[in-house]
Amino acid sequence: MRQLKLEAPRRGAPRRGSLFAALALAVGALVIGGPLAAETAGVDEPVAVELPAVPVSAAAEAAPEPEADITVPEADTAADAELAEPAEPAMAAEPAAAPEAADAAPPVADTAPEPAAARPSLDAAVAALADRSFKVKEQAVADMAASGDPRAAELLKALLAGELYVKKDDDRIVFAERAGDGFALTDALSGDALGEVGRRDATKITINNRMRGAVRTAIAALTLASPDPAVRLSAAREMVGTADPDALAALQAQLAQEDDAEVKDAIGLALAIAGLRAEAAADRVAAVEALGGSLYPQARNALDTLIGSEQDEAVLAAARASRADIERRLQNNRRIETLFFGLSLGSVLVLAAIGLAITFGVMGVINMAHGELIMIGAYTTYLVQLAMPNAIDWSLFVAIPAAFLVAGLFGVAIERGVIRFLYGRPLETLLATFGISLILQQLVRTTISAQNVIVENPSWMSGSLQINPALSLTFNRLYILVFALLVFFALLMILKRTALGLQVRAVSQNRAMARAMGVRSARVDALTFGLGAGIAGVAGVALSQLTNVGPNMGQAYIIDSFMVVVFGGVGNLWGTLVAGLTLGVANKLMEPWTGAVLAKILVLVFIILFIQRRPRGLFPQRGRAADG
Amino acid sequence: MRKTAPVASLLKTLALSGALALGLGAGHLSAQEEAAASGEDAIKVGVLHSLSGTMAISETTLKDTMLMLIEQQNEKGGLLGKQLEAVVVDPASDWPLFAEKARELLEKEKVAAVFGCWTSVSRKSVLPVFEELNGLLFYPVQYEGEESSRNVFYTGAAPNQQAIPAVDYLKDELGVERWVLAGTDYVYPRTTNKILEAYLKQNGVAEEDIMINYTPFGHSDWQSIVADIKKFGSEGKKTAVVSTINGDANVPFYKELGNQGISAEDIPVVAFSVGEEELSGIDTKPLVGHLAAWNYFMSVDAPENETFIETWQDFIKSDQRVTNDPMEAHKIGFDLWVKAVEKAGSTDPDKVIDAIVGLETGNLTGGTAKMLPNHHITKPVLIGEIQEDGQFAVVWQTEEEVPGDAWSDYLEGSKDLVGDWTDPINCGNYNTKTKECLGAVAAE
Repeated sequence: MRQLKLEAPRRGAPRRGSLFAALALAVGALVIGGPLAAETAGVDEPVAVELPAVPVSAAAEAAPEPEADITVPEADTAADAELAEPAEPAMAAEPAAAPEAADAAPPVADTAPEPAAARPSLDAAVAALADRSFKVKEQAVADMAASGDPRAAELLKALLAGELYVKKDDDRIVFAERAGDGFALTDALSGDALGEVGRRDATKITINNRMRGAVRTAIAALTLASPDPAVRLSAAREMVGTADPDALAALQAQLAQEDDAEVKDAIGLALAIAGLRAEAAADRVAAVEALGGSLYPQARNALDTLIGSEQDEAVLAAARASRADIERRLQNNRRIETLFFGLSLGSVLVLAAIGLAITFGVMGVINMAHGELIMIGAYTTYLVQLAMPNAIDWSLFVAIPAAFLVAGLFGVAIERGVIRFLYGRPLETLLATFGISLILQQLVRTTISAQNVIVENPSWMSGSLQINPALSLTFNRLYILVFALLVFFALLMILKRTALGLQVRAVSQNRAMARAMGVRSARVDALTFGLGAGIAGVAGVALSQLTNVGPNMGQAYIIDSFMVVVFGGVGNLWGTLVAGLTLGVANKLMEPWTGAVLAKILVLVFIILFIQRRPRGLFPQRGRAADG
Repeated sequence: MRKTAPVASLLKTLALSGALALGLGAGHLSAQEEAAASGEDAIKVGVLHSLSGTMAISETTLKDTMLMLIEQQNEKGGLLGKQLEAVVVDPASDWPLFAEKARELLEKEKVAAVFGCWTSVSRKSVLPVFEELNGLLFYPVQYEGEESSRNVFYTGAAPNQQAIPAVDYLKDELGVERWVLAGTDYVYPRTTNKILEAYLKQNGVAEEDIMINYTPFGHSDWQSIVADIKKFGSEGKKTAVVSTINGDANVPFYKELGNQGISAEDIPVVAFSVGEEELSGIDTKPLVGHLAAWNYFMSVDAPENETFIETWQDFIKSDQRVTNDPMEAHKIGFDLWVKAVEKAGSTDPDKVIDAIVGLETGNLTGGTAKMLPNHHITKPVLIGEIQEDGQFAVVWQTEEEVPGDAWSDYLEGSKDLVGDWTDPINCGNYNTKTKECLGAVAAE
């Protein structure tokens, strides 16, 4: 262990105290990232709903339903914000379209003939979407983007979100909204309400991956001049690596008037990558230097391509230096990433094991049903989400206390019903609790379902915290890392600072003496076991966000939990924390060169050897209590 | 005296849990025995699918499918003037138990044919039993190939009917140049990846452009593997993941992909074990655009399919239930068996084996399935993209049905082998070069 402890920081991150840095980072993310994520999600929706898309507004009064249809799209991604803009910004940037701005709201007929003759007509392009062939549809997307029509971005967004349908009888392109058994349709171009049709009378326009890419690029080009910096940023990022002269000209133009630093960076990157193909060697050197230190994969790949084909010595030298610099930064980022992965795996182990640290570590009960208590916590989350389907984002805050109570009650019942008759007989406790674990599994199978159930992730748990282009930490893992620490310290406080904690420690150290002092040991036993079980339930809430929730899920964690507790030292909470995090990091350090299967085996072998040397684990309990 | 007390209560615990387990099992058996006693004159059909344990999720549906098909056939007047009768056993996802239950079906119940198995390891486990007792097994799941038995009919896809076309699609249509072959650590992914690796190399893909990764069953911590895939895919060439990851490990895998911001446009994942049934237990939002290769999708717009879905949802009394590829395979297998029995005028296995080769029946996507001499069938190959509602949108399909190839053309040991159970060859692993039958010494 001593070896590993020294090694982890050295390999994981170059600096001392990196563990604390990572923790601080995680806490920071919780503080900053949480509200931020919630905020964006919150802002998007109202914006999207406000938006009476220009052409549709005429029909809006006639059919309020369909209007909602366009805007309803799950506005949970930042990208959806683009939807709000398209009409105005696109026109602002496009002088040719300016006259339309005035009468954009009135019916379509006016706007259609307006654009220059060379431009493909939006109507024709949209009609082509009804074709079955993806090639035709791809062309249609390109035509829509090139039409210069202000409605194009809107329609492309709807296409991407899967809201455009083909009406089967006349091949009209429509917006469709579920209405009873069928759809309520609105013409996509004119915005006329077309009434309701059966489920089989309209088919969704399917798009494939290549089209999705094309649609996104088209939307990016149409929204590069958006007043919203976030939209401009995603548009500019989408255009990184483009070689299209029109797009580059647009980027140049935007750069001149851009005032947002991040957008400027992204545009600069796109232009620099294009600049690598410049005629003059000096221009190429300048481009190479502009790319120096950039962590975007596109920058690195562009440099690689350049190094492969470059003739000019000076350019080559600059490119090599720039490339080496990038590689070094990437290496550092990768180390931080591995450390984070290890800590996050460790935090899952800690969460799973910490309840066991109470029941097994403090009370000495070998509880084979520990995994099933975790499962009960996870199922509680599922039931809570079923009860509040419209507030998934908040469901976890309800689920945590609920899971604690439910699993805790199960724990008390198990202790009162079975375990209290078996104290001091570990073999029988083991068998009995194993039986209980089977009963609990079967209970879930018969009452809920033998299949896995869906537990949804709240929106603030999805996605990742982008620290730089090469390093992003996923939110769910960050939160669970922080959550594990919170649970750990809360438990520590309970044991160290409360009357119950004092009694628990007293009973576990010397039952007879504690009873002589007036502690009701039977009640304390039940509460302690309930506490351990409740913590297992809380762990189940966290695990439901990471893995499958099914009747067997507890089985996957029981071995790991015992491993962590034994390794950390029975009866010592700190040992559990350190052991869990250490095993997590060790596992992740090994994984790249041994593979997931072998890494797990090696960790197990290591623990067996370690226990041979130090049977009482990392932090053995000392004194008479430990010898008893 | 002090010693006996713990032993006694230990025994009590054991006896209790034993009684519990028996009680659960016994319920099943007695129901079947009742059914078995009902008609002496009926033709018995064995259904060998796990109804408990890890595979129950997938296999229970297939048991219901068989019950539905048998009920339909009986409504049409049965077979050879007799009623069909299903004999359902539960091998409980326990591979050796599959062999025992197969023996029970053939020896005790004397079933005319058995429809069953899902994992390759369960098929390998029952294979000797069917060969010894000369039974018939219809196996409905896509598998790794490298096998052709006289007593088994493979109605699922061989690698050339699923894996190879999927790779071709990625290569030709999406321009993929780098490959991640990710799978669960057992026989099907390992053999399939061996074939794919050989195929890719023969197509000029360099060693360093292939990354192979195996994970244990039920793996849930995908962070570093997904990060590796992301790194592997960010080096300039278009990258795709070919996934033979099996079972519920897929859920955290796709979740992690979504969380790390890898979309289907950046790095598409094509899966061979993810179908409608599996998706119905997953939140599909992060999966949209990822691919799956099958020979049937519920979303296929064909009248046969519509009827099948309606019958299924009526039978199972829920319009939420989905249909999937192995269900279609069972339907085809059952139809072919019925036709063969009618043609032979008997359920005798030898006669059925002779009669069935060359028979055709309609599949659910509007084509025909034909039983080939190597006991595989012809199938169309479809590539679908996952949609938000858990269904697949077909983005590519073969012009016509592809005949199943038992022995892969891309592996050294097997490329000269063919399976042919018609005269004069009558051999599952006939070497076309040396003109001899390897027989029991199969080339593994």
